[in-house]
Amino acid sequence: MENSKYRLEMKEISKQFGGIRALDRVSIQLKPGEIHALIGENGAGKSTLIKILSGAYTKDSGTIYIDGEEVTVTSPLDAKRKGVAVIYQEFMLAPDLTVAENIFIDKLAEKGKLINWKKLNEEAGEKLKELGFGNISPKEKLGRLSVAHQQIVEICKCLTRNARILILDEPTAVLTVAEIEKLFRLIRKLKSEGVSIIFVSHHMNEIFELCDSYTVFKDGRYAGHGRVCDVTNNELIHMMIGRELTQMYPSRNAKIGDVVLKVENLSVANKVENVSFEVRAGEILGFSGLVGSGRTETMLAIFGADKIASGKVTFLGKEVCFREPREAVSSGFGYLSENRKSLGLLINQSIRVNTTLSSLKKITKHGFLRHKQEKEYVRDLLSKMSTKYGSIENNVSSLSGGNQQKISFAKWISADCRCVVFDEPTRGVDVGAKVEIYELMNHLAEQGVAVIMISSEMTEIIGMCDRTMIMHQGRVTGELGKEYLSEDTIIKYAMGQEE
Amino acid sequence: MKKENKTVRFLLDNNTYIIFLALFLICCLMSDKFFSYLNLRNILLQQAGPILVAIGMLMVILTGGIDLSVGSVMAVGSSLAAVMMRDAGIPWGLSILIAVLCGLILGTFTGILVAYLNFQGFVASLAVMTIARGIAYTITNATPVSLKNGTLNSLTSKEFGYPIIWITMAIIIIFIIVEKYTAYGRIVVAVGSNTEAVKLSGIRVKRYILSVYVISSVLATLAGVFVAARSNVGNSTIGEGQELDAIAACVIGGASLAGGKGSIAKTVIGALTLALIGNIMNLLSVPAYPQRIIKGFIIIIAVLLQVVTDKSEN
Repeated sequence: MENSKYRLEMKEISKQFGGIRALDRVSIQLKPGEIHALIGENGAGKSTLIKILSGAYTKDSGTIYIDGEEVTVTSPLDAKRKGVAVIYQEFMLAPDLTVAENIFIDKLAEKGKLINWKKLNEEAGEKLKELGFGNISPKEKLGRLSVAHQQIVEICKCLTRNARILILDEPTAVLTVAEIEKLFRLIRKLKSEGVSIIFVSHHMNEIFELCDSYTVFKDGRYAGHGRVCDVTNNELIHMMIGRELTQMYPSRNAKIGDVVLKVENLSVANKVENVSFEVRAGEILGFSGLVGSGRTETMLAIFGADKIASGKVTFLGKEVCFREPREAVSSGFGYLSENRKSLGLLINQSIRVNTTLSSLKKITKHGFLRHKQEKEYVRDLLSKMSTKYGSIENNVSSLSGGNQQKISFAKWISADCRCVVFDEPTRGVDVGAKVEIYELMNHLAEQGVAVIMISSEMTEIIGMCDRTMIMHQGRVTGELGKEYLSEDTIIKYAMGQEE
Repeated sequence: MKKENKTVRFLLDNNTYIIFLALFLICCLMSDKFFSYLNLRNILLQQAGPILVAIGMLMVILTGGIDLSVGSVMAVGSSLAAVMMRDAGIPWGLSILIAVLCGLILGTFTGILVAYLNFQGFVASLAVMTIARGIAYTITNATPVSLKNGTLNSLTSKEFGYPIIWITMAIIIIFIIVEKYTAYGRIVVAVGSNTEAVKLSGIRVKRYILSVYVISSVLATLAGVFVAARSNVGNSTIGEGQELDAIAACVIGGASLAGGKGSIAKTVIGALTLALIGNIMNLLSVPAYPQRIIKGFIIIIAVLLQVVTDKSEN
């Protein structure tokens, strides 16, 4: 009975995958109505712990108590019955069904009865209203909602199943500033109703804003826990990476040269209007703004993946209009997608295949692959980038987020581009790997590559960019030099105020 | 512990070969007629066509597509070559070339539908399957086209050393090389793995998609010619259901219908596995209809094994 002050207690949990010890006797405690931050680098074991709690994995040893009672979670369904719900980064929803159908997917009707659509929609509407999102229509197709609203639907779905322990795995990664605000309000509301929440995030500021307590993992081991109010940002980072992070952003010494890419009055139907900018060799140009402000769309149009309605693009002194990405890549213009898994990497192919995909010419002679040369090249490049991997023949899906992103980088570095767009290059990447990715971008710039970085993270825009374009609803609302960059000014322009 | 894992891994990775060998041994034990020069030679002569079709199918499946038209296209190959020789008096070499050319046209047609007009492979090839069967019926009036001895059937004759076996082997080797040692093969697999990502990597995805349907059709017409050569009759009704055998061969060989995974060598073994099953049942005089039931279950077992393999990978 003495454990009962905790809603959840996981004690001395261990889990081994093959030869790798993913979790080594870690413990975590969670009180009712508490928001608990689970912190650690990618691969530290956070996901493994979550998956054990949610029944996706079985633990090798250790005990789990819910409300003081020892439990064994045998399957995701079992976890649901015990009141544990997980909101993953990729939602488990059906985009072609309506909001109401998604919320009540496993109990659309009482046994043996037909579906009462009116009642179903009403109930879903009520639930959403309770959460403060009465503006989401229960009849709308889920796929037509914004990512933020989809997330709300997912949370709503879990709550209708009486979840007492809600786990949010990097819920803010795909949300805009305003949406994050709303989500936080919702989380606090749930907390006041006694729901216990485990919050996973790479953003320190969110942890300090939202969470009551924390547990830090490092390399599958416990590295510290306590109350958030008793700890500083630097102390947390120290626990996470085991060393002081003296410098987040590399010092920028690249020589800025000639204009590489010049875009004038570019428009894309319904998405982008009259966008003009230029970027020079050695420069890092930032693109800031809210999600959906037209940054990605602008770059995809230049890259040839979308149609340009009007405007002029000059690349390396020549006017160009890339009709397909191949033309862009062969001219030396690369684009690293924000969507690593669905548009960036071949997740089920080897590290080797992914690395050389955009530069097959380098390793082929008369159409024939030269395997030995390829292997040497890939190993050499990846070790220069301090990528951690087992073998280059392993699938990229076996890597952590940070290392997957390094493979994406390696692909574009191999392509010898003169200008590369990095779209949200540090999304879902931990602090340690972030620093390495910044260094890679800086290194590219120093070699005379014109670098464009689209990012929703203002701190990295401020830390990395020489100049920043800020977009709002498909238009450029501001251009700021390094000396004028601040969160306030960026937000101002991102919200639509013009220069 | 670790060593044991390695052994298990090896067995799972090579389960296609192991099943084939096991089946081969079982066949040897079950019938003394099985392991004879005559029987094995006949299997090879018989399977030359189906193997080619399976290879073509695998190329399409690797890109994440499917080609249901191969059976009908075989019939076109068989019919056209025979009609050219019998009615137009065209020499057999040229007739084969014309038939294969027709396969190229049909494959290009399917490929354009899929790659450039965004048809699903299933739908486009279903339409072409009907069209091709219609073509075969039309040019032969749906009657068998018998040929003179010493023409097309020399492809299967002993005095020339069974050319179709050697041609098939050459094609198998060429495709193994293409799969493993060419940028083309690499990209075909990549396309099936994630089409959009490959496009954004700067590769002309559409051309590769088009090309696999062309390969599949060309190989199917050649297979049709082989079948005609064996019987010395051009026939518009052959190849019914051949697409399913070809898909089964790919699956037994570990291919994923979602694309991005499969092996030429294992697909060939897959086709031969199916052939062994048919052969041994014939030797044991199992009637034709129950044969199908058994064949179906063997495919299920093969797929189950693939599922186990995939699971152990994760």
